[in-house]
Amino acid sequence: MEFSCTETGDLLFVKVLAERIDAAAALKFKDSLREITGEARSSHVVLDLSAVNFIDSSGLGAVVAVMKLMGTTKRLDLAELTPTVDKVFRLTRMDSIFTIHERVEDVSRLYKVG
Amino acid sequence: MTLLRRQSSADVCFEFPSGEEEVRKALCELTKTLREMELSADDIGSAEVVLGEVLNNIVEHAYGAGRSGRIAVCLHRAGHALRFHVLDEGEALPRARLPEGRLPALDGTLEEMPEGGFGWYLVHHIASDLAYKRTEGRNELAFSIFCDGQG
Repeated sequence: MEFSCTETGDLLFVKVLAERIDAAAALKFKDSLREITGEARSSHVVLDLSAVNFIDSSGLGAVVAVMKLMGTTKRLDLAELTPTVDKVFRLTRMDSIFTIHERVEDVSRLYKVG
Repeated sequence: MTLLRRQSSADVCFEFPSGEEEVRKALCELTKTLREMELSADDIGSAEVVLGEVLNNIVEHAYGAGRSGRIAVCLHRAGHALRFHVLDEGEALPRARLPEGRLPALDGTLEEMPEGGFGWYLVHHIASDLAYKRTEGRNELAFSIFCDGQG
């Protein structure tokens, strides 16, 4: 599973370069993200899911696990959910736990204004 | 030897070995079939989510780690309904009945956030007419996905 990372200021954008975060990928996803977020200096991580077209309950659990690993001093947001991924987050009410940005650009803009 | 005789009413049947990678391949096969049926992307997404949970549950719990076995999926389309039958020869569901699909509590602290327990909730929430049967060492789970529109 590959990722593309861009760090600007206190923001780390992590784009998931895989089409599926499913049971077969969940463990690798969690381990890689643990490493990436652990090494990052930024306290605010934005997970770009624009390339992911499927997530299952194992994948969802892995995203929650990453959020928990980051602890209370760091923050994990999500961006650009594709329709099926959005459906899974909405139905499980996980959209109330994570801040979900429609577009990656929105996050940087938010910070520039603020 | 095949796990199930092809159901005469089924439009599509496929059978594959238990495993996470095999489930992934089966779901890709399924979505390809559903696209050919000209269903909407939304309906295909619903079917893929439910079938994914059902199949991964078989891989993780009915067969479990280190145990091999076969899984069969049959699909029958009747108008707006997609009827699925899923068979396996693994362990029965706990108490030989369908687990309840309650959503885990999300109001706890960060440490208490649930990392699992969403699977059966998604199945119950999206699918209709769920039925489970245990006969002669086989599990059979049937469910329907009602489609809203055409793609």
